[in-house]
Amino acid sequence: MDFFLSRYRHLTVLLIVIAAQLLLIAYQVKTNKDVPLIRVWAVTAVTPVETGLELVRRYTWGFVEDYFVLLGVRSQNENLRRENGQLKIENNYLKNELATADRARALSVFQARSPSKTVAARVIGNGTGANSKVVFVDRGSTSGVESGMAVVTPDGIVGKVVDSYPTASLVMLITDPTFAAGVLSQKNRVHGTLKGQGHAECLIDYVQNEERVDVGEWFYTSGDDRIFPKGFPVGQVAAVQNGKTFKEIYITPSGMTGGAEEVLIVLQGVHQEVPAGELATPGYRIMPLPPDAASETPQGAPQPGAMGTDADRLRAIYKQAGADQKHVYGEGVPGSKPPDFTKIPSVHGAPPPASAPPAVSKVAPKPKPRTESPARASDPTDDEPAGVAKPERRPPAPAQPSQAPLNPPAPANQ
Amino acid sequence: MTEYTEHLLREAPRKDTGNRFRFVWLVVIPLIAVLFQVYVPRFVSFLGYLELPLLITVHFALSRGAPIPGLLYGMFIGLVQDSLSLKPYGMYGIVKTLVGYFAASVSMRFDVQNPVVTFILSFFFYFFHQFFYWVLERALLGEAVTFDLQQTLTFGLLNAAVALPLFRILDKLKVAN
Repeated sequence: MDFFLSRYRHLTVLLIVIAAQLLLIAYQVKTNKDVPLIRVWAVTAVTPVETGLELVRRYTWGFVEDYFVLLGVRSQNENLRRENGQLKIENNYLKNELATADRARALSVFQARSPSKTVAARVIGNGTGANSKVVFVDRGSTSGVESGMAVVTPDGIVGKVVDSYPTASLVMLITDPTFAAGVLSQKNRVHGTLKGQGHAECLIDYVQNEERVDVGEWFYTSGDDRIFPKGFPVGQVAAVQNGKTFKEIYITPSGMTGGAEEVLIVLQGVHQEVPAGELATPGYRIMPLPPDAASETPQGAPQPGAMGTDADRLRAIYKQAGADQKHVYGEGVPGSKPPDFTKIPSVHGAPPPASAPPAVSKVAPKPKPRTESPARASDPTDDEPAGVAKPERRPPAPAQPSQAPLNPPAPANQ
Repeated sequence: MTEYTEHLLREAPRKDTGNRFRFVWLVVIPLIAVLFQVYVPRFVSFLGYLELPLLITVHFALSRGAPIPGLLYGMFIGLVQDSLSLKPYGMYGIVKTLVGYFAASVSMRFDVQNPVVTFILSFFFYFFHQFFYWVLERALLGEAVTFDLQQTLTFGLLNAAVALPLFRILDKLKVAN
């Protein structure tokens, strides 16, 4: 044994060391346990040195590195600033392109839906002068544009063409002090004249103080001026107050919000209805209709709320009589038999036949939106708004036939 | 056998067995090597291929020429490496023990001062180290790791190239016994 150990001493030590380490590995693998003590020692011995090295590196090489890095920072900063500026410009350009595309799409949709024939145009410049409220658009007489044509956007009216050149047109904006257009309020159906003021807001003139206009109410073109077709939005009332004779109504034009860049020139206007808005508040209390009033209203009878004049009512009575006798007005040759007008009871005082109810109902189904003083509201004339409280009327006596057409059966009172 | 090969292979004991490291260097040098391995590649990633603890083991074993100190020194460096790795203790220890033993054994037959011998031995022991470590990983730990022969050969050449100046520097730290 001693011979073996002395003869193979190196190999024996090697085998012992290898075997010991194999056993160590086997133990760790078998028990899935580490030998924390040795590892703690090693890490504890190494990490302070590593920390020191890191400190040395940070304050030596790191400092040198930072110095060389700082050398390039200025030029890098300049490059980044330049790049940032270019990106901002590009971003603004893309945003503008997007907004332009949105406006163009809105214009095309509006153009397709509007019954009026229009041509799209782009504002290419302003008129000269500091207070100029005229712009040039890129459509002229070669595109069919003529002086006096309306210029609108989907949001509202913009102005009118005052001069037309072959490739461009001069458009007077609605903010120009010399601009005027007929307008109509949505809720109270008040007519007025839109006038430019030279600034952002426009004035609506010639509206009587007695008329009712609310703040926030929309105004539409009335078509009275023969330039703007009826039914285009004009703007919303920003302020209203009574003046000497007429109200002072200021509106914010809706067609120029944010500045008009793409517009439509109305080549052939078609009047449209002003959209129905909220019913006007009459300014006095109205009771509901009696339960039997509506059922007594004959079919085809004139509706006082819809036909406010005596002529309308008289026309309705004659139309009803013709229908009762199966006569169609406008047909037949000259000399043919006309309807028997003597059978119209309300005209000649004859009692109404049992099968034919009175031509005019006693009730007014709905109030007419007018804002008149209570004294005028109780005026016994026949164009009174229905539902206004007044004494009950009875059918006219036979001795007074001339009053019948003007006074058809009165609306029922409450 | 040519004269040159006879010069490389020698039967006499090493000429420089009288030069030894101081004890402090025996501790500090492996520590620096291990620190270099765990710290420097953080900033210079391509230096991660350097296996300095192995080169230190080879140098110590070659210069000492005694198998038992060589294998113990290899075991010590290997266990320090193991303590800073996720693998169980003994993986690097066994491999470097074998490297230390064989390097010390070989040094008695070769002129380890010759750069060619140093280069070839460094390359060989690097390859042996990587290959045997791979064998232990598969055999003892059951890990399905692959052995990249081409990369191992390349890194072996690079380590052998680094070993030449490194061994010169380490020789300067020796003092006469």
